[in-house]
Amino acid sequence: MREMFAQFIPNDAPQSPIQHLLADGALAEGVTPSMTDDELLAGLRLMMLTRLFDAKAMSLQRQGRFGTFSQVTGQEASIVGSASALDPSIDWVVPQYRELPALLRQGLPLSSFMLYFMGNLAGSRIPDDVNILPIQISLAAQIPQAVGLAWGLQMRQTGGVVIVYFGDGASSEGDFHEACNLAGVIKAPVVFFLSNNGWAISTPRHKQSAASTLAARAVGYGFPGVLVDGNDLLAVHAVTAEAVTRARAGLGPTLIESVTYRMGPHNTADDPTRYVDSSDLESWKPLDPIGRVQRHLSARGLWNDDGCRAVEAELAAEVDAALVIARAAPPPTASQLFDHVYADAPATLDRQRAARVRARS
Amino acid sequence: MTDSAHVSANPATTTMTMVEAIRNALTLEMARDERVVVLGEDVGVLGGVFRATDGLQRRFGAERVIDTPLAEGVIIGASVGLAIAGLIPVPELQFLGFGHQAFHQIGQQVARFRFRSQGRHPMPITIRSPFGGGVRTPELHSDAFEAMYTNTPGLKVVTPADAYDAKGMLLAAIRDPDPVLFLEPLRGYRLVSGEVPTGDYTVPLGRAKIVREGDDVTLIAYSAAVQLCTKAADLLAVEHGISAHVVDVRSLVPLDVDGIVAAVERTGRAVIVHEAPLTSGFGAELAATIQREAFYSLHAPIERVTAPDTPYPLGGTEDFYVPQVDDVVRGVLTALER
Repeated sequence: MREMFAQFIPNDAPQSPIQHLLADGALAEGVTPSMTDDELLAGLRLMMLTRLFDAKAMSLQRQGRFGTFSQVTGQEASIVGSASALDPSIDWVVPQYRELPALLRQGLPLSSFMLYFMGNLAGSRIPDDVNILPIQISLAAQIPQAVGLAWGLQMRQTGGVVIVYFGDGASSEGDFHEACNLAGVIKAPVVFFLSNNGWAISTPRHKQSAASTLAARAVGYGFPGVLVDGNDLLAVHAVTAEAVTRARAGLGPTLIESVTYRMGPHNTADDPTRYVDSSDLESWKPLDPIGRVQRHLSARGLWNDDGCRAVEAELAAEVDAALVIARAAPPPTASQLFDHVYADAPATLDRQRAARVRARS
Repeated sequence: MTDSAHVSANPATTTMTMVEAIRNALTLEMARDERVVVLGEDVGVLGGVFRATDGLQRRFGAERVIDTPLAEGVIIGASVGLAIAGLIPVPELQFLGFGHQAFHQIGQQVARFRFRSQGRHPMPITIRSPFGGGVRTPELHSDAFEAMYTNTPGLKVVTPADAYDAKGMLLAAIRDPDPVLFLEPLRGYRLVSGEVPTGDYTVPLGRAKIVREGDDVTLIAYSAAVQLCTKAADLLAVEHGISAHVVDVRSLVPLDVDGIVAAVERTGRAVIVHEAPLTSGFGAELAATIQREAFYSLHAPIERVTAPDTPYPLGGTEDFYVPQVDDVVRGVLTALER
């Protein structure tokens, strides 16, 4: 059997992810950095803000002042490197829920993100000039929507590109397949950004799919799939920039599998000690994406401990200021349940609103 | 004017079947508003398996009348994105029986995207789909799954029964800023025809219609069951001397509560007819509403004439399953005996 089918069996040899920045912070041989020094420093700052926010939000959640949310910790380079390849004035981010820095780079105020996770509906309203769709909780449902949005931008000839974020788990959903398939047919200007962080809550990558890489699936849709070191800011930026350029030029979609690792729990309600081997976690620590960029910049004289402390203090103040704004927002009301359900609410709904407001006042 | 439609004595109207009226509405609206795009399986070159979109691609081009891959989830999911990009998508689900493959995008996404974005992204999407039985389709094509869509707030669900309403309500649906599931009676596509204005008009969504006046009992139905009720009313008048008042609900969401209640108050007896199974069918919602709003004018318990709580069978067995004229007559006699 093996003989007869040999030519149809895909090559199982693991491809190695594209890498530009080695774990010690040195550039890989022959690599020209894909980001300028200013872009690198801005990227590092955004990664550090995300890490700091994760810690702060976790602490607030434990005090009951913040809802269930998912940290980015460990995956910052993946999200920052990709989002920083976009032009926020014409390109769109279609997120899942673990992409805070991409949302911030597109222009979302941090206070707005906080309001959403504090359960305030005002946090669901993204400013009109910020090109992002709402966070998607129903996994993979955002992927067909992203393809439709990219298709619409293409029809309207805006020159815009859409990047859609999802994970290794979501890539098992039917929506992923249907969306990739359509995008290939219509050459939609979309970048499928798959953050393979090793886990879908407790389900490891190898139980998600028998494919040797998830990037390899792109072959079946007729567009390129690339594998990149997701903890390498420069490499992620480089491959995403190329995918965006391709999309903008009308050459269609790209699937990027960004191999990274979820250093924390799935979300604040999760206990990963029940399923994550601590030695596995330890092996990823030296690959931390933030330390890698810091070592790179230090070696080049662009970063030092004093500078780091100063930046950390600025970022902490930024997070605190956002929290003050979020807390000052008006508290939710019963009437809000009925706003924005229909443009013109049916009479039956108006009656329900009146009754609910009476009952809850 | 579209192909096989016949010119009638009145120059402003023409006799059209339901499917012709639907095609006519799509043609008018695509010509009027260039943001409108039609997408779905076989809607382009073929013109739809029921020819509802016949000729549209020739006239408006393959960019606006799009043959998609066979994947209901992405037809609806992509429509969400198209709407956000400023287009007005009119996707077709070839049969509502396959709507479950897109249900997560309809119920969780299309219906609540306005709410989830707190008003930033309205969903002016009209999902067209034929439903219901009686034409001996292959297995799994004929289910009447309308009720589950009425339990997804943010979505409108409309069910025209005749050619005039099909055109006017489709034009209203496409122009509606909110998503509308526009359900077309498979059985009525060619069987039902009537005089239809050739020009532009809309029929507001959310208004029931009295299709026949009567004094002894009120028949409440929508879509293909309306015709069943008018036939039953004929029979009741001739064979039993019973005068039936027949109401076409037309729109399940929004529901014309006042119109339905007034129609029930007129006779004090209500018989609800639909093709879907009994349990949690839309008749349950109608009965609960009538019970609450017209309790003191009821002379008898509300009757429901529906399919049984069994799966839709194969075509050769469907007449046992789908309500027939005799079933409606029996329901009326029961309501009058009490």
